[in-house]
Amino acid sequence: MLLLIPLLPLLGFLVNASFGRRVGKAAAAAIACGAMAGSFAVSLLAVWRLVVLPPASRAIVDQVFTWISSGDFTAGFALRLDPLSAVMILVVTGIGSLIHVYSTAYMHEESDAEYARYFSYLNLFAAFMLVLVLGANFLVMFVGWEGVGLCSYLLIGFWYQKQSASDAGKKAFIVNRIGDAGFLLGVLLAFKTFGTVDFQEIAPIAAAIRPETAFGTVSLITLLLFVGAAGKSAQIPLYIWLPDAMEGPTPVSALIHAATMVTAGVYMIGRNAVLFSHAPQTLAIVAAIGVATALMAGTIGLVQNDIKRVLAYSTVSQLGYMFLAMGVGAYSAGIFHLYTHAFFKALLFLGSGAVIHAMGGEQDLRRMGGLKNDLPITYRTFLVGALAIAGVPGLAGFFSKDEILFDTYARGHTLLWAVGMLTSLLTAIYMFRLVFLAFHGDPPAPRATAGAGHVAPSHAAPSHHAAHLHDAPPAMTWVLIALAAGSVLAGYVGVPPVFAGSNWFGRFLEPSFSGAVVHEIPESPSLEGTLMVVSTFVAMSGIGIGMYFFKNHPRAADAVAERFPGVRNLLLNKYYVDEMYDASIVQPIRIVSEDVLWKAVDVRVIDGAVNGVGETVGSLSERLRRMQSGSVRTYAASVFLGVVLILGYYLWR
Amino acid sequence: MPPGISASDFYNILPELVLTSGALVVLIVDVLLPKERRGALAWVTLLAIGATLASLVPFRSTHVEVAQGLLAVDQFALFFKVVFLVAAAITVLMSVRYLEIEGASPGEYYFLILCATLGMMIMAGGIDLITIFIGLETMAVSFYILAGFIKPSHRSNEAAVKYFLLGAFSLGILLYGMSLMYGLSGTTNLRVMAAAFAGQETDARLVLAVILVVAGVGFKIAAVPFHMWAPDVYEGAPTPITAFLSVGSKAASFAMLIRIFLEGLPSMGHDWRLLFEALAIITMTVGNIAALTQSNVKRMLAYSSIAHAGYVLIGIVAGTSRGITATLVYLFIYAFMQLGAFAVIVGLRRADVAGEELKDFGGLHARNPFAAFAMLLFMLSLGGIPPTAGFMGKFWLFSAAIDAHYNWLAVIGVLNSAVSLYYYVRIVVFMYVKKEALGSEPATSPTLAVVLGVAVAATLVLGVYPRLLFELADASARTLGAAGVTTSLR
Repeated sequence: MLLLIPLLPLLGFLVNASFGRRVGKAAAAAIACGAMAGSFAVSLLAVWRLVVLPPASRAIVDQVFTWISSGDFTAGFALRLDPLSAVMILVVTGIGSLIHVYSTAYMHEESDAEYARYFSYLNLFAAFMLVLVLGANFLVMFVGWEGVGLCSYLLIGFWYQKQSASDAGKKAFIVNRIGDAGFLLGVLLAFKTFGTVDFQEIAPIAAAIRPETAFGTVSLITLLLFVGAAGKSAQIPLYIWLPDAMEGPTPVSALIHAATMVTAGVYMIGRNAVLFSHAPQTLAIVAAIGVATALMAGTIGLVQNDIKRVLAYSTVSQLGYMFLAMGVGAYSAGIFHLYTHAFFKALLFLGSGAVIHAMGGEQDLRRMGGLKNDLPITYRTFLVGALAIAGVPGLAGFFSKDEILFDTYARGHTLLWAVGMLTSLLTAIYMFRLVFLAFHGDPPAPRATAGAGHVAPSHAAPSHHAAHLHDAPPAMTWVLIALAAGSVLAGYVGVPPVFAGSNWFGRFLEPSFSGAVVHEIPESPSLEGTLMVVSTFVAMSGIGIGMYFFKNHPRAADAVAERFPGVRNLLLNKYYVDEMYDASIVQPIRIVSEDVLWKAVDVRVIDGAVNGVGETVGSLSERLRRMQSGSVRTYAASVFLGVVLILGYYLWR
Repeated sequence: MPPGISASDFYNILPELVLTSGALVVLIVDVLLPKERRGALAWVTLLAIGATLASLVPFRSTHVEVAQGLLAVDQFALFFKVVFLVAAAITVLMSVRYLEIEGASPGEYYFLILCATLGMMIMAGGIDLITIFIGLETMAVSFYILAGFIKPSHRSNEAAVKYFLLGAFSLGILLYGMSLMYGLSGTTNLRVMAAAFAGQETDARLVLAVILVVAGVGFKIAAVPFHMWAPDVYEGAPTPITAFLSVGSKAASFAMLIRIFLEGLPSMGHDWRLLFEALAIITMTVGNIAALTQSNVKRMLAYSSIAHAGYVLIGIVAGTSRGITATLVYLFIYAFMQLGAFAVIVGLRRADVAGEELKDFGGLHARNPFAAFAMLLFMLSLGGIPPTAGFMGKFWLFSAAIDAHYNWLAVIGVLNSAVSLYYYVRIVVFMYVKKEALGSEPATSPTLAVVLGVAVAATLVLGVYPRLLFELADASARTLGAAGVTTSLR
């Protein structure tokens, strides 16, 4: 049965990829959405069957076939459902279905063939993501891991006529290769160390060993795996691809680059919680990187003017929170935030998509303003999302973020907690800066020309949007409303004891992390209550600051910016990280490859010969002479030199 | 009957005899057929290959030495023979249309392909330096001619002459090494030699022999720094021949390498492992980095093929039975993805388009979706992305290295395959993202469609269900061990 969950979207992909361009838009959309909805239904059924089991034995395994069998090693293509993967498949298929529905309207201006291509990629992505989270061992997970990367690459570059889109796709691909290399090395080393790649077999072996006090093998394995996680989940130093990935269609940004794929790194650490908990050094690195990323991305988000970029940096920042949780050993809190974040971040992205859709492709916040009256549904739902991410009490983000911050503080990481709090303030500020700039204030005049130069190719034709702004079609608004409801309610599965809740979510996940070394923290409602008051105060101050600078006193923000031009430029240019990478890594590689190897090693004498074809060519004998006196002798010399070098080595040894 | 040779020896080389007869039949039919119907020769050739494959069936589990140790008929040889014959069949299918476009006469062409295959089969079975040498030369001479087969093309001529001159040069080095091995042991039989060298003190002359043989074999597998001929020859030779050269010749040379070093020189294991380790690292790295900037796809695949020789060497350096299994598995998988990629290039060759430049792949997705999809798969597989076969092969190679404590080799291998994806995916970008290339419609002939279908199926099936291949390779690797090489199989 588990196989059906990824299989349905895979079938959707196959059908749309083969016949999609011929069946028309309605049928293509129906196939894709049907596949996702079916997968969601099967997921619900599977999770139900899981929940009725007693907590200790909550796992369903589906051995599809034996994949490799050589000597004493076997690895199956096996899927495994446990509480952790249950949460993930519900998020992926649930949010995924909504985004599919939203896309039917959003992408409607594409040609039939492009429309089908878009939905086939979206289905394929979902299939790979489900393989990733359901995989019972590293190899199956890696299939999904590479698969989602590939789909993400295809979808970022979907509007390939845009140079920036195809560059962004390339960047995402290259950066992810670095992460994937780390991940694969981690897998290989784990395989060697434990003799298996199965999560269920590794966990007990790892649980039996003592946590490493010095940096040992387990630390190395987990660190390599974390490199992979940092690549996929956009953490320092590999976060640079995510903001650029916003060049893809907005629903893709919502699905892949906010709600699902980017959380794969967090999920992977959760999946290997036992292993990670035995490598405290790695965990310390994870927590530090997480909180640093959260802070850095939060500050950059303050000054961005592209509506999607603000949200992209916000995603990077929120992912940082999740890694912070993982790093301090609060695994279920991290997954809880992953789950609530999926709702409100999908909502925010899709809301921004509705704005962009209405504005005819405009993404620049400075050209927006006063949209709240024109787009009432979009505005209200967006506001809910913003309140949720800012951490306003009662909404989803409040419960999950507070759980992370409380766990961090209670485990004695006061500094990490303080930085987390600061980031929380920044989150509220940049979100409400966005809200006030886009929806409040006065529309910039003249609106009719807004965005003419920034129009995405698909939105190039319709200029009527600009003339009369209105809310998106029902397929889009209903999705926004559903997600807004989720952003309000999703947190209530994890109400902490301080509010007389029992954190059902945390207890549900517990079996997935059993065996992990956890430093039990004493229940302390008073501490938790105090921290909550502090963070509520912080969230409210953030919203207040946003209101002061970007609604009531718009000049004041500019004045502050002019007082500190250095800081402003630093943030606007994203700390010049891209430039640093270019100078220190990209250029040197290019030079080595092009100038050294291309010009010196690969002499390419044949080039001259090819160019000569068509012109008057000398006699063959002359040609032979030229070759003999030229390259062939060089080549032979290289062979000879090789022998001499090896011989020399032996003689000198 | 000559002394020392019995009737059963003739039975044991039945596949070789069938292939030889098939090659001669091709020559005769070539003369009998009128010129315009010589295209039918391809089918005669395929029939010969098919018959040879069928004649391998009785030898599934044979494990004997032929003619007092000239040839071994064992599963190791069998495994490679299947690779060669399948590769030869695919090459023939690829050549049908190519020869039509180039207007070359098919007779000697197919004959030479069969001769080269025969040489490879003898190389894989050879456990005597003399036999190995004869096999090597049969193969090499056939390839010298085939590389220059498109007579009006200067590129092709140049490739042939270069290949011949450098091949002769490297052969000299190899022979010198072999003669030293003979002189020091008093035998040309590898298994007797291994016994003679066992327990001996390391002799400086033997070290020299090892170095020379490594250089000679390194030339054949195109390992850096003995690789420089490869890009020029691959680019210049007719595309199907390039494909066959990069798959068949490479696999045969690896078979020879394994026979010589694991069967003949296990006592020198420490020395040649060190050499191959260094060669593997340089070969992977130089191959991949040089491939990054190529705009000619054949040349890019040449560098990719160089890099792949580096990956395969990892398995040999590991030297464990897992390492040798991985080597065999990888060579098998590599044959399909590499041949498939070249088949796509052949499909792009039209009267007005060379079909070898990166830009010729522009917009292929719109013009021929199947060819584009096939190429996408081959590129992902060459780059080692699951669930394609290439990933399985690489995973096994790298895990064999780690298992044998060559951690750094695995690290460098993984990093290299990360780098390599960049240029593989560049082709994908051209096919799916860039504007359509100029020129007439790329046509797919039925034979090419068969080639692509087989290669796609193999690349997918071996990625999803590699079990059978692993078992066969494992059994083949073990027949080596049974022959007294267990000591070198750590």
